[in-house]
Amino acid sequence: MNAMLPAVLEGGQASTAEAVLFWILAPVMVIASFGLLFVRKAVHAALSLILVMICLAFIYVAQGAVFLGVVQVVVYTGAIMMLFLFVLMLVGVGSADSLVETIRGQRWIAWLAGLGLAVVLVGVVGTALYDEPVGLESANADTNPIGIARVIFGEHVFAMEVVGALLVTAALGALVYTHRPRLTPKVGQRELADARVRSGQHLAPLPAPGVYARHNAMDVPALDPQGRPIESSVPRVLRVRGQEADAAEYAARIERVIAGHEADPPDALTTSPDEPADDAAQPQEAK
Amino acid sequence: MLTEPIPGVAADFSNDTWWIWLIKAVVIVIFLLTSVLIAIWFERKVVARMQVRPGPNVHGPFGLLQSLADAMKLLFKEDMTVKAADKVVYIVAPMIAVFCSLLTFAVIPLGPSVSMFGHETPLQLTDFPVAVLYILACAAVGVYGIVLGGWSSNSTYPLLGGVRSTAQVISYELAMGLSLVSVFILSGSMSTSTIVNEQTQVWWFLPLLPAFVIYVISMVGETNRLPFDLPEAEGELVGGYTTEYSSMKFAWFFLAEYINMLNVSAVATTLFLGGWRAPWPVSTINDGMFNEGWWPVLWFLVKLWGLMFFFVWVRGSVLRFRYDQFMKLGWKVLIPASLVWLVCVSVVQGLRVFPQFEDVQLRTILFGLAGVFVVGIVISMFVPEKKAAAAAAEGPQVLDAFRDGYPVPPLPGQVLPPSPRAGRVRATVPVGAPDEISEPQSDPDQEVHGG
Repeated sequence: MNAMLPAVLEGGQASTAEAVLFWILAPVMVIASFGLLFVRKAVHAALSLILVMICLAFIYVAQGAVFLGVVQVVVYTGAIMMLFLFVLMLVGVGSADSLVETIRGQRWIAWLAGLGLAVVLVGVVGTALYDEPVGLESANADTNPIGIARVIFGEHVFAMEVVGALLVTAALGALVYTHRPRLTPKVGQRELADARVRSGQHLAPLPAPGVYARHNAMDVPALDPQGRPIESSVPRVLRVRGQEADAAEYAARIERVIAGHEADPPDALTTSPDEPADDAAQPQEAK
Repeated sequence: MLTEPIPGVAADFSNDTWWIWLIKAVVIVIFLLTSVLIAIWFERKVVARMQVRPGPNVHGPFGLLQSLADAMKLLFKEDMTVKAADKVVYIVAPMIAVFCSLLTFAVIPLGPSVSMFGHETPLQLTDFPVAVLYILACAAVGVYGIVLGGWSSNSTYPLLGGVRSTAQVISYELAMGLSLVSVFILSGSMSTSTIVNEQTQVWWFLPLLPAFVIYVISMVGETNRLPFDLPEAEGELVGGYTTEYSSMKFAWFFLAEYINMLNVSAVATTLFLGGWRAPWPVSTINDGMFNEGWWPVLWFLVKLWGLMFFFVWVRGSVLRFRYDQFMKLGWKVLIPASLVWLVCVSVVQGLRVFPQFEDVQLRTILFGLAGVFVVGIVISMFVPEKKAAAAAAEGPQVLDAFRDGYPVPPLPGQVLPPSPRAGRVRATVPVGAPDEISEPQSDPDQEVHGG
């Protein structure tokens, strides 16, 4: 850019560097613009538009309008297109555009607006072609931003104020339209906690299944300080299926171990035929 | 190829040749990449010290090669591409993030003019009248990397991370931009070298303290670091926008995040902390010897790494914000505060520039305004807590722990009723044991704080 700027400023003639830049960026912009029109996914269209905007910013900078080029990226690409993308993203990756007309006469209005734009563009191109190029020397005499500030806040200050007021009004309008009076009181963290306590349900996490020191299988209920099994410690699914183990049996085993005997009495396998089956079922449950 | 000086810029690039540009550009890229390696090690080591553990200490001296090992591990991992992803966007997204993060340092002045192979040239790749806006533009485009990465993964958590980061960046960029405007007003320029030149007398963070505070808060938000790392909050969103990325593509996002930390620190250094200027007692030694030649690079790096340390410090001490609190802070505190501050600065600068007000002391007004502003902020922090403060002011209250139906611990200012077990504790103390053990427990007037 260092090399480019002064060259551009002289007499409004494009330098070689600017021409090279233009012939690289122009095809990219044209392709991206067509992409904007013909691409199926909304996010891809937005991306094409972003590409066009960034290339445009490069061209602005190359032509000496440094402030315009950079602000174009900050404001349009960085903020406004980001908001567009924000909305489009919520549509999801898989969805393509629907071609159904949602507003009546949408196409005709679009054609009219397009025609208007074409007329304006022809006018702009005409002025650019047939007038004598002036160059930016006088406009950028004390740097580009100061020149722009002088024009905006000197000559066009009233128009700027009007635009500002319009934008503020529009923002307020959007707020008013989307505002809804609150019908129910706001439920915050505090209120939720109070409600939970008042409902009388279990406040802390449920006790873990398993009996300390001997068993921690999912189907063995935990014991409370009195040694009674806690039903809610076994996962609900196992309880519904009836796959809960017998807590009394495990409690009895612990009693026996504490008393200094073997965990299983010698005739345990024969007296309780349920238990081996239960043990065999456990590994399968774990999987 | 010699060029003409750029109008509106303090640094003089007129002696630069193409190979000087090339050298500077390559050095900047190498500097950034090595800084990231050091930053990762630095962060892990400092956080470890804060948590009283040694941190990485196996690879190389002091564990210095740890980040290199991490990088190699990432490189050799399987590079997955999610089947349902939007392929092109999925691959381009990390590239956008890294590319944009590399651009910022082009306009950061690392030092004044030095002699490089017989050419007098500033230690800065380039500068132009709107350089700081260019930095904001690069940051704005860089966010597309995160947003598109989150969207193209076609997965819920990354999408949520992307959406969060969009909202986050839009809100915090406003506050950041507004805080920078006061620097522009005071310096009368948006070119980085001019702003550094204007800070010869006083660094801007002193007269513009509120703007500096707002900038520092929003720079943490802008780089998605704790306590504002909501786009990749691992407790809520798995990995946020990086969830579906692996290997080199993930490494790029990682790289971009750390380079962005360096970027915002460098911007804070340049705009608020005097850039490459030596700190006060040093700058007076030997007629400002330390502000010339290659010395300033040292001061710049010291300030840069000071801010990096601040990043790590904040990460080590502050918890992650809840999303609504975070948005409230951005829109209801930072943006109004920076708007008010901007008006103050404009008024002061108007008084300074227009000749009608020549006899008003500038410093007096500036410091007065800053004082009022800080006091206002401090007062505003206490406003919602008025009720609690009034309740506490009535003196210690005996807590009725079961008033609302469930037991609660005492709040500061409340005391527990004497414990019914207090007498028993004294009775169980064996004869001859020191009496102090039971004393605190048996004292019914002692204030017990919850927590």
